[in-house]
Amino acid sequence: MTEPTLVPPIDPPPAPETSRPLHTLPAPFSLSSLEIITQGAEALVYKTTFLTPHTPVVVKYRPPKPYRHPTLDKRLTKQRLLAEARSLVKCKKEGVRVPGVLGVDAEEGWLVLEYVDGQTVRGVLDGWAHRVSEREKEADTRTEGQGNEGILDLMRRVGREVGKLHELGVCHGDLTTSNIMLRTPPPDSPPPFPTSNSISQSSSNSLKGDIYLIDFGLTTSSIQDEDKAVDLYVLERAFSATHPAAEPLFQEVLRAYGESGKGAKSVLKRLEGVRLRGRKRSMLG
Amino acid sequence: MASVQTFALPHYEEYPVHVALFKDVTNAAFLRSQLLASNPDFDYAFLDASMILTPNHLLTSTFLALHTFLTKRAKTRTPHSELVFRLSPNNNIGESYKKFGIGDATTAIIAVKLPITADATVDASITAETVSKHLGNVVQGTSVRIGEQGEGLGLWCDVDKVRKMYKLGGEGGNKGKKTGAANGDARVKKEGDEKKEMESVILGIIALKGS
Repeated sequence: MTEPTLVPPIDPPPAPETSRPLHTLPAPFSLSSLEIITQGAEALVYKTTFLTPHTPVVVKYRPPKPYRHPTLDKRLTKQRLLAEARSLVKCKKEGVRVPGVLGVDAEEGWLVLEYVDGQTVRGVLDGWAHRVSEREKEADTRTEGQGNEGILDLMRRVGREVGKLHELGVCHGDLTTSNIMLRTPPPDSPPPFPTSNSISQSSSNSLKGDIYLIDFGLTTSSIQDEDKAVDLYVLERAFSATHPAAEPLFQEVLRAYGESGKGAKSVLKRLEGVRLRGRKRSMLG
Repeated sequence: MASVQTFALPHYEEYPVHVALFKDVTNAAFLRSQLLASNPDFDYAFLDASMILTPNHLLTSTFLALHTFLTKRAKTRTPHSELVFRLSPNNNIGESYKKFGIGDATTAIIAVKLPITADATVDASITAETVSKHLGNVVQGTSVRIGEQGEGLGLWCDVDKVRKMYKLGGEGGNKGKKTGAANGDARVKKEGDEKKEMESVILGIIALKGS
């Protein structure tokens, strides 16, 4: 038996040429003044200052994707960036708490946003779930102890904020607990840059502060209940993925959401249907 | 000599922005005529101080003007005219001058000078002193000191006029029947908060303009 000849390994195609080295930002931004916060599939998020040396901001940069045709790439980047910026401005105008837009360059693919200082609801829930399990371990005398009202109130605030957003006909598109932030209330005399010390102090327990919705990268304008219900469904999944104890909390989110506007009730009805089949709509019929 | 405050915009530190504020100005018509005659000595952005809400309002438009000019996407011919144009929510240059530039009767004036030449290089001959000297000679009015954080720039603002300009609607920007409840909230809030919220929306509007 002769072994079939092995196919010679295929060389990966050479990296496409780009006008700039990857992961560097267009002028005027230089990496020396930027501090990376996170990276997603589409964008890099940095922290820097803008307008004055004491104003912290977030720069969201969508780098060109070298595997796409340059013309198409430019167009997609521009479209998505503008959709995000327009949604944010619209929300801000109508009083939904979102980071404000300070600067846009759709051609180059960057967006400057207000910096929201605080922690994600994801982080808050993790800390809360941790404390709950600790308490259960110690003694199961009062499992539903005090402190629950605080977290329930937080949930109601989340529900109302999402309700406000949907009432405007804006869908978030990626509503997870990581994309909802609890802004640390500014102290009476806010220091321009909080020291790391003060962050760790305030982040541990406080459930006070305003709810901010962040990351509108996948936002759509929609008046359909379906899209809104999917937003809620995604959020529900994010809750149940955090901790089993967090699931009942979501009911509180839905309750506050249901009271938020006239369209909310029918969205909740639609959510039942979405739960049965999942996020993706059936392509039959 | 006029009091001039110089701002360094992060990321564009090499172009320091010189800003001077005047009140009780009596020769606005003269300044305007020099602008219209495009006298090279009067290459400033002369703004109506009642249209500038906060320091950040001015600095954002300055940043955007610089940025579009340096990336060769400016819609107007000079960085100073671009600054006036960037402030405006619509795309008409003449309109922006009428609304944000000085009129013959303007008494509170903000003058902005960018040390930049027509071919986008830094003009080293322009410093805070030269600007101060020149403006002190030509503007007939009382110079007002601007703080390091831009304190003073929003003092002459006509908030209602600005709100109308950017079509911000009622307090808090709420429309329809919910306005009643929202207004109740807004009245409790301090005036500073209201300005802060307006500023945030306005910055978004001018950043998004034209795209």
